[in-house]
Amino acid sequence: MHDFIVMGGYAAYVWPAYAVFFIVFAWDWIAPTLRRRQLLNELRGRVARERLRRERSQASAQRESASGSMS
Amino acid sequence: MKIIPLWLHKLSSPPVFYRFAGTLRPWFLWSALVLAAVGLYGGLVLAPADYQQGDAYRIIFIHVPSAWMSLFIYICMAVAGLIAMVWRIKLAEVIAMECAPIGAAFTLVTLITGSLWGKPMWGTWWTWDARLTSELVLLFLYLGVIGLFSAIEDRRRAARAASLLALVGVVNLPIIHYSVVWWNTLHQGTTVRLLGPSKIAPDMLWPLLLMALATHLYFFASLLNRARVGLLAVEGGKEWARALIAEKADA
Repeated sequence: MHDFIVMGGYAAYVWPAYAVFFIVFAWDWIAPTLRRRQLLNELRGRVARERLRRERSQASAQRESASGSMS
Repeated sequence: MKIIPLWLHKLSSPPVFYRFAGTLRPWFLWSALVLAAVGLYGGLVLAPADYQQGDAYRIIFIHVPSAWMSLFIYICMAVAGLIAMVWRIKLAEVIAMECAPIGAAFTLVTLITGSLWGKPMWGTWWTWDARLTSELVLLFLYLGVIGLFSAIEDRRRAARAASLLALVGVVNLPIIHYSVVWWNTLHQGTTVRLLGPSKIAPDMLWPLLLMALATHLYFFASLLNRARVGLLAVEGGKEWARALIAEKADA
């Protein structure tokens, strides 16, 4: 076990190399997940805004038709 | 005669590919992780120390597979880019563009691990020789593709413009591959050959090949992972993407 960690005196080169390898690919895997979450949030906001706009225009159309029948 | 079979045509439809990629992704990822675990055990524990380089040579098990992947991914990106430019298939555009960050990651790992290997063996972190310089140019090509893609507003035009850049960069691939033959260099020559005997002990060869397989599988997993997000980004306004967030809201 001790030999494994010491790496024949080259531990200062071998282990950082492996650390870089794993850190870079951890980032490579996580980055799209974060982007996906952000995209879905934007999309959800867009859908919600559209629904709100549709409801408002429907409500104002109803109000107009109601005031039109009164006069 | 049908040039493109029906199943392939269906698969290139974004919602179908999105689901397909979602089911395949874990299989690629887990097989990559298992093979890498076995390969690294073989490379770091079972394989003997090198008679010249001692234990420092053990960087080979990540350095060489990463270097192979940096070239392989570039070829994948160029092929997808060519398809995107000729047939304007949306999926090909997304795949070409999502190859770039993975390729850049492998190229960066190749350069850094190579530097960490070069210091104890050559006495220097970096030298401007043919192999190292052409690999650095490869990193800049990947970064150029990523940069050009993000600089143009229209996602589809951006993908096709960046694909053209990727295709032009293909000239660098033979330069990297033959750099150790064409020029005098510090970098060692080819040790593993597809044709003919490899100049490496079998105890060191099998972990190396296993790591090469693992990095290929990881690349496919990561590409599927990224292509899903890329498709969602270009198809955000479409019905299937809206259905997806409705599904998520219910769950």
